[in-house]
Parts: sequence; C-alpha cells; structure tokens
Amino acid sequence: MSEKTTAKKTAKKAPAAAPEAAASVTAPVGPEAASPASPVRLDVRKTYKLYIGGAFPRSESGRSYQVTAPDGTFLANAALASRKDARDAVGKARGAFSGWSGATAYLRGQILYRIAEMLEGRRAQFAAEVRSVEGLSEAKAAAEVDAAIDRWVWYAGWTDKIGQIRSAANPVAGPFWNVSSPEPTGVVALFAPERPALLGLVSVLAPAIAAGNTAVLVAPDSAALPAVTLAEVLATSDLPGGVVNILTGSPAELGKPLAEHMDVDALDLAGIADAGFATSLEQMAAENLKRVLRPSSAPADWTQAPGTARLTAFLETKTVWHPVGA
Amino acid sequence: MGIFDYAPAPESRAIVDIKPSYELFIGGEFVPATGGAFKSVNPATGEALAEIGEASAQDVDRAVAAARRAYEEVWSRMPGTERAKYLFRIARIIQERARELAVLESIDNGKPIRETRDVDVPLVAAHFFHYAGWADKLEFAGYGPNPRALGVAAQVIPWNFPLLMLAWKIAPALACGNTVVLKPAETTPLTALLFAEICRQADLPAGVVNIVTGAGETGAALVAHPGVDKVAFTGSTAVGRQIARTVAGSDKKLTLELGGKAANIVFDDAPIDQAVEGIIDSIFFNQGQVCCAGSRLLVQESIQDELLDALRRRMGTLRLGDPLDKNTDIGAINSAEQLARITELTAAGEAEGAERWSPPCELPVNGFWFAPTIFTNVSATHRIAREEIFGPVLSVLTFRTPDEAIAKANNTPYGLSAGVWTEKGSRILSMAKRLRAGVVWANTFNKFDPTSPFGGYKESGYGREGGLHGLEAYLDV
Repeated sequence: MSEKTTAKKTAKKAPAAAPEAAASVTAPVGPEAASPASPVRLDVRKTYKLYIGGAFPRSESGRSYQVTAPDGTFLANAALASRKDARDAVGKARGAFSGWSGATAYLRGQILYRIAEMLEGRRAQFAAEVRSVEGLSEAKAAAEVDAAIDRWVWYAGWTDKIGQIRSAANPVAGPFWNVSSPEPTGVVALFAPERPALLGLVSVLAPAIAAGNTAVLVAPDSAALPAVTLAEVLATSDLPGGVVNILTGSPAELGKPLAEHMDVDALDLAGIADAGFATSLEQMAAENLKRVLRPSSAPADWTQAPGTARLTAFLETKTVWHPVGA
Repeated sequence: MGIFDYAPAPESRAIVDIKPSYELFIGGEFVPATGGAFKSVNPATGEALAEIGEASAQDVDRAVAAARRAYEEVWSRMPGTERAKYLFRIARIIQERARELAVLESIDNGKPIRETRDVDVPLVAAHFFHYAGWADKLEFAGYGPNPRALGVAAQVIPWNFPLLMLAWKIAPALACGNTVVLKPAETTPLTALLFAEICRQADLPAGVVNIVTGAGETGAALVAHPGVDKVAFTGSTAVGRQIARTVAGSDKKLTLELGGKAANIVFDDAPIDQAVEGIIDSIFFNQGQVCCAGSRLLVQESIQDELLDALRRRMGTLRLGDPLDKNTDIGAINSAEQLARITELTAAGEAEGAERWSPPCELPVNGFWFAPTIFTNVSATHRIAREEIFGPVLSVLTFRTPDEAIAKANNTPYGLSAGVWTEKGSRILSMAKRLRAGVVWANTFNKFDPTSPFGGYKESGYGREGGLHGLEAYLDV
C-alpha cells in the first residue's frame, strides 16, 4: 500500500516536467524516474484487481498482498480475494451459464479465437510479466506466452467438434430414435497451478469454457499478474461478462468456500499441490456431488499437447429417446 | 367374480431351487462367510427365504485378493477376443435360464413376474451380449489406440433391479478387462448368487467375478479397500455422497448412479391416452422403486382435469397382488423399511395439505404393500415434491407455459431423467435441451437399452452406464 501511495504523490508533483517526460517512453523504472527534476517519464503502473461479472472490482475485503519476483523484488500489490468475492464470482458465473452454454459452438469458437488474437497483440506485455513473475529468460518467457496463445487456438477449434466426437446415435432394440450428446456441467471452480504462471491459467481455463461451462478461476499468489492481464484480454474479446471470473490470492483461503458452494458443479484441483488439502476439498465437494478433477500425482508438464481430457472432464451426457412411428 | 375379472394365473415356482443357506462366491468357490448371517425375505409374504452369509472385512479382503490375482494372472493377459467369448457365453446361459432367473427375482424382490420376465431378464442378457462384443474392439471406441483396464472394480448395487444392476456393472467391467467384487443389496442377494453359478457353468476363470453378500458395512469395507482401483455404486444420494468422501484423494475411479425426482411434463396437445399410459409406466413400473421414476407429474393447467380423470380411471384397472401372478401390475414393496419410508412421506404429503387419492385396492394381509397413489394440490415446497419417495406415489403439479415447466422441472438437486409429452416436434427438442437431466424420454418413459447411456446430472451422480459411453467408467482414460 505504501508503494502505491508514494507513486501517487510523485505523480502529482510531476506536471511541470510533463511534456518532456511524456515524450520519453524508454525510461528506466526506478528511483531516478521518481525525481521531479529528471526529464525521464515516470511509468504509469497498473492496479491489479479481480475480474468478476465482466467488471474489475477490488476485493470487497479491501485486502491486497505483495507479489514479488523470485529474487524478492516487489512487483505489485494484487487484490487478496475473500470468501465473499468467491461467492460473488459464483453468482456471476451461474448467471452467465445459460447464455454461454446456449450460444452456438461456432460463436464460442470465434470468441476463443478472438482471445488468442488479443493475447497475441499483447505478447510483449505478457512476456515481461511472466518473465518477472517466474524469473525466466526472455526466450523461455516468450515460449510460454506463445504456447498459451496456441492453446487458445487449439481449444477454439474444439468447440464445434467435441460434441460430434462425444455424441452417438444409439441402435436400441426397438422403434425409438435415441441420441446421446454432451452438455456442459455448469459452473466450474478452477484452481490453476502457480507455474507456469500464464500457461497454467490458460490450460485449465480454456477447456472448461470451450466446453460451454462458466468458470471461477483462482490464480494463486504470483500468477495473479498474468491472470489480471489475461482478464483484460478476456474483457476485450467479446466474452460475455461472468463467463470467466478471476480471483487472485490464496487457494488455501478460497478452496473451502468454492468446494463447499452448492452452486458450483465441478472442481479442477490442478493447482492444489498439497495432497491432504486436495483430499479435503474433494471431500467437501461430495456434499453436492461435484465432479472433481484431481491433481495429478506426478508433476504435470503443461507444455505437452493437452488432448481432450480436460475438455471432457466437465461434460455431461444427455440421452434423448423418442418413439419412431407414423 | 364378474365376467371380466381375471382368474389367478400364477407362474410356477418349481423352476427355482432356493437353498436354506448361501455362502460367499470368492475365487470361483462358494465359501462360508465369517461375519455372521442374515435372512432374505419374500416381500410378498414376509417369510424368510434363506440364510445369507454376511461378508466381514476379512471376507472382503479375500475377495479383493482373489480378484487381484485373477486380474494379474489371467484376465488382463487374456486377448479381448477370448474375454468376448466368455461374455457371450454368459449372455446365452442367462437366456437359457431366463425363466428361472425371472421367477427367483420376483420371489426375492417382490416385483411382478411380467416385469422380470419381459423387462429385467431380457435386458440382462442383452447387456452381456452388447458388452461381449466390445471386449475385442476397445481400440475403436474413441479412447485412444490401446485403452487399458483399471484393475479390480468394487461394485455395490441396489435392490430395485438386482440382476439388471449386476449386469450393468459386471458386463462392461469384464469387457474392458477388469475383474470385479460385487456386493448385491442385502434384501435381494439371491439372483446374484445364482449368477455366480452361471459364471461357473460358463467356466469363467476363478476370481474374475466375486460376490460378497452383506449390508452397508460390507459395502463400506469394499469401497474403502486399498486394493480396489475402481468403485461403481448405484443407490441413494446419501450413500453416494459418503462413498465420494471415502474415495477422495485416492486413485480410485468413481462412478455414481444415485437418486432422482424426475418431472414428467404433459402439454395440452399431448395425446391423452398415450400420455396416461406413459404416466402409469413412469411411476408404477416396479412399484415406483425406480431412481428415474417420473415421480413429479407436471401437467399443463388447461388439461389437468381431463388428464387426471383419465389417469384415475386407468389406475382403477391396475392389479396389485401376488408378484408371481402373470396378471399382476403392482407387486410388493421390497422391504418393511422401504414401506415405512413411503408411508412416512405420504403422511407428510397429507399433513402439508396435498390431496391424496388411491383407487379402491385391497392389500394382502402379509408382506409389504402400498396402493398406487396420487397427490394433487401439491406445492413445490412439499416434501413429496422434493424428496425421492421410491414408491408408487405420484405428485401432481401444474404449469401454464413451457418456461414455467422448465423452471419447475429443473428445480431439484437431482437430474437423472425427465419426460415430455407433446405432439410438437420443435417443442420436444427445446424442452429436451433445457431439461437438466441425463435421460429425457419424449412421448415415452422408462425405456432402457444396453446401447443407450444412462446416468445423471447434478446430485443424481456422475458417469454413464450403457453403450460406448459406459466403457469410459472401466478404462484408464
């Protein structure tokens, strides 16, 4: 908080030197930049907030936490989502479910592709964020961002195909038309892994919404930074508000309210590394028979081709019968 | 007796040979249980049929060990083509011994012979026949080039369709290359034990199928056993929840087929006579002891009187009595415990202000019986509109618009099945799409087929049984 306050004060002092400062976009960030006498422009920092129902609120609790680089350097204050934020997010996800699950697969595919386009346009920003959060080399950070973009493209293409490969015309022994087809499960709470920060988020989020579910995505700790930037991408990709809601903060705090919430239909525990905690969340989820995707026991390699497992994890099969006759 | 009355037409019991006592089926042998014994009762008379061995935790352990051995040494190494032939053989023996199985099922369960003979047992044979053919074709099922079995499957089944639920569990498990330990319900173990004999007749390798009889404790020991790779359960949502908690954090794959409170929606353009037959099937088939029963009738307000008059007339022709009588429509309730639950919930229906009606119906003195019953003036908040009664009791609610019908139909934590009756095709498709249920019967109800996936949304459980989709529950995919 003190960091933010300082920045504001300095900014207020700046106007006298403003014209020259504005001209310089390559200025380094640091103590010199804050000096009113310097011709170098002070950068405008981003406030990292939550993404709920298409809006960017702060946590209702008023809390934030410091996100730091692996070497301890301060990066930003992120909103520390509360139980109440989690409940608000579930409400928005539920409200968006009918529209999103009812949208045509073609439309969902186009919106997911649009997300890839928007992400591509902000490659440099994501790479810088991933780099600072994960402490990666420039090349590795760029590779992660590229993989995340390509993952959106992969799932964009699946929206109008998963229904076909999971459907069946069933040859029942009688005069009936009988067809099975998949439908989205509903509201899914996703616990993203902290690493890879961006690719992990995208790898759990994209399949859930490609299948027609709406999501509450918990971005743990430092993954908050790319998560909120991803929210900005989502907000400008024609994705209806509430389809994806992003909570930044502590899975340890948000796990229970989401696992126990009776309006959440499924859990993806990918990011819950503590086996005991994952088990207790799965037990809570049993209260309303949530579908649970357990964390993999071996460390997951998120760069591998994802297949369809995460896509089918949150699909139900509906079978419809009708008599055949004149 | 009037000229249109029926003479008794009992099916002969001579075809079945019920032994005084039964043991567990473990490793291909009948072995004594170490957990004591309980009685299986004929619900139509209340008389004990046989003493059944109660499997202790040690017995369960032996059964799981036998299944593991059979999996490691025999079944997982056997080519699918050979597994297939065993299953085809079992299907054939079931057909050969169909009448015996039907009679035994009616005696042990209380359901009418008309149903066991024409529905349960034919579907059991069909289920084995269907999955037999999958055993050597799994790589074509869409789960990758070499889908693998899970290992040992623990299967716990209910009493409402004892042999059919056994088939739904064992046939796909074996086809996919798993071995099984199955626990039948404590009130209906006899056909499962006869199935054990069928496995022996088929020369199925020892330990591929193991049957442990017992009550809840036996089932709990089975699903919690660390040597089990897969748990499949059909039964109440309360027990399903408990099982989900038990297997949480393990590597066990879990499928659950649980309770329901299905809406059966009748629009004003539906053919009334067909709809009435559908309503009768939806709630009185198997005395309404069906998880997918259409226990909430949603009738469009404008035809309520006409439809209910016709329904009451039809209910007046239902024949309740001896399950072995070929003319019986409504048999016995499976147990005193279940009868008590139905009685308690219907009493609550009256106490909460719903209006109760049953046709004149004489109930036998002995055994467990409940007259076909409908409740009108039911509000969505009444217990009889919310809770699964699992008996021949229909709650009638009304609606005016399709939107209202959908809202009421989906207003339940369950999501197993639903019915729609209308002549308008586009309305059927829109209703079928908007109903949150795993099976939607349009202009029909309570139809089942081995190729047709069955299973629920929401608190009716997860996973599918039947057809291509049913393989997933038993493969490592």
